[in-house]
Amino acid sequence: MNEASQISEFGKVFIYLIMGVLFVLFTFFLGWLVALKKPNPEKLSSYECGEEPTGSSWIQFNSRFYVIALVFLLFDVEMVFIFPWATVFGQEVLLTADPRWGWLSLIEMFIFVGILLIGLVYVWKKGDLNWIRPEQLLPAAPTKIPFSVYQALNEEKYLIKEFTLNNVLVEPEKVQAASNPSSFKPAFKPKFKKPAE
Amino acid sequence: MSLEIKSDSGSVLVVKVDDLLNWARLSSLWPMSFGIACCAIEMMGSMASTYDLDRFGVFPRPSPRQSDVIIIAGTVTFKMAERIKRLYEQMPEPKYVISMGSCSNCGGPYWQHGYHVVKGVDRIIPVDIYVQGCPPRPEALIGAIIELQKKIEQESLLNS
Repeated sequence: MNEASQISEFGKVFIYLIMGVLFVLFTFFLGWLVALKKPNPEKLSSYECGEEPTGSSWIQFNSRFYVIALVFLLFDVEMVFIFPWATVFGQEVLLTADPRWGWLSLIEMFIFVGILLIGLVYVWKKGDLNWIRPEQLLPAAPTKIPFSVYQALNEEKYLIKEFTLNNVLVEPEKVQAASNPSSFKPAFKPKFKKPAE
Repeated sequence: MSLEIKSDSGSVLVVKVDDLLNWARLSSLWPMSFGIACCAIEMMGSMASTYDLDRFGVFPRPSPRQSDVIIIAGTVTFKMAERIKRLYEQMPEPKYVISMGSCSNCGGPYWQHGYHVVKGVDRIIPVDIYVQGCPPRPEALIGAIIELQKKIEQESLLNS
């Protein structure tokens, strides 16, 4: 392998990319080849957890999500940078070559995350993460009764009888006499019908 | 079914395409995440770590487009039947149905006076495997999955 390579290092990456795309396309093609295709209108309609889909899927999102999405993207990209860093951070070859490598990469990562954190603190301080709620207007009707009357009614305290165990015992004879069982006649007599065999 | 030829450099596997496809399908039976009533608790239990249905390749999917099997786990009311029918229609072929528990088998405790219960889910969609019990234990559901795998093994996808 002494002779000079015909393709450069970037060429190898290019071939790698092409092969990746081809592999995925080939798998999709295989799936398309063996899959059963039985379309019907029900199957082609959009999935709404079994409900009948109504309206258009082109609905408008609240523009306040935009800032949230931006901040999310920031930390999403941060993760993309941290993963390759984590693979070289503890590599023993690099550590034996220079023992300062571990500290250098660690401090570098702290600086990187620190800058992003400053960005988050900035957004937080500016109040861009605050969710501004719409102000609620209480409906008011024209009436001659002053508002204070309603307020007094709302603030009125009702007397609550204190709970004691002595009140619970009621003599059964008294109840019997009060209800007067001789003239007692229920208004409704439930009847049970046997189901027809 | 399959023929393995061993040589010094390694081994070669000769297999029919139908068998290969069936093997791939039965090893990754993806059910829809769909539980209606108390049987769904048992279904969740069998998918969790103790019974671990994942070792059979059973892994719940959030959409009917990605699922192979729908486990009807619970009481099918008339209101729900419409949705079940639509969800079943939205699954891609080949699709399978496991009816789990007495309610979806035949109406269960509501077989006589349940004015709101469909007396068996097989009145709306074709059922492949019935699991008896009220509710069935996770072992019974695992048994149903194994029975379904046996059924898939006998099928021929290319000739259908």
